[in-house]
Amino acid sequence: MIDRPLVAVVVFPGSNDDHDAAWALGAVGAEPVLVWHQDDALPSDTAAVVLPGGFSYGDYLRTGAIASVAPVLDAVRDFAAAGGPVLGICNGFQILCEARLLPGVLRPNRQLEFVCRDATVRVENADAPFMRRCSLGQELVIPVKHGEGAWYADEGTFVQLAARGQIVLRYAEDVNGALGNVAGVINETGNVMGLMPHPEHAIDPLLGSGDGGLLLAALIDAAAAHRLVAA
Amino acid sequence: MKAIVVVRPKDGILDPQGDAVRHSLRKLGFDVDSARVGRVVDLELTADDRDDAQAQVQRMCTELLANPLIESFEIRLEDG
Repeated sequence: MIDRPLVAVVVFPGSNDDHDAAWALGAVGAEPVLVWHQDDALPSDTAAVVLPGGFSYGDYLRTGAIASVAPVLDAVRDFAAAGGPVLGICNGFQILCEARLLPGVLRPNRQLEFVCRDATVRVENADAPFMRRCSLGQELVIPVKHGEGAWYADEGTFVQLAARGQIVLRYAEDVNGALGNVAGVINETGNVMGLMPHPEHAIDPLLGSGDGGLLLAALIDAAAAHRLVAA
Repeated sequence: MKAIVVVRPKDGILDPQGDAVRHSLRKLGFDVDSARVGRVVDLELTADDRDDAQAQVQRMCTELLANPLIESFEIRLEDG
């Protein structure tokens, strides 16, 4: 049997999708392990990192701001700098933006209401590492549940990101007032991605949609590839 | 040393919370054209002098208290 790639799921005080993420990653072929936010190192054989959804530190100050300076983030930063795959989901996306590992920032939804429903998102870049199991223009149904999901960047940054293919997912309709209906972005090297929808809640058609499984399976592909490079 | 940090949404940044406040104030009969909602952080800190305090709080703002993409900040120092 081939060893499953180890995916570290970081747990912050207030994370609430950590166990869902770990379960979903296990279901699509990873060996998930929960890592505490005060740890200053990742397990040595970590092949990918997931920052899960939730309300870390009660969303105090700004969503993701306090978590972005947690000790484990230094380890995540080093891991990302070495090319390691990192995925931030919802609050995890907010944390990656506040940590400046991803461009832009997540702001309160324009309608000032929490949005909790299935959303249709369109694949804008199928060459990005975690999008390789999707095709360009494919529409995915993945649930969203957030109060601060309106992604924003200044106009110059936005144009540059779009030109470089760093905007990987857009909502098919206006969900929260996000600039350009952006639902997910990657960093310049493509190994760090954040998205507001929850792929870990869409891995089985029996529960509404299996589309999120495409993203998580591609993350595990990238994890397996990174493990070979790192070994 | 005491420091007061005022963090505001930058000019030109949509502030849905401020808009909601403006709407409510208008419903109460106040003739309000604009409302913007920010945040105040009161700090007590140890510093050698005002310059040191100013430098420390400036760093606090850029590293954590404000997100420069969307927020501006002002620092006021008070002896005591």
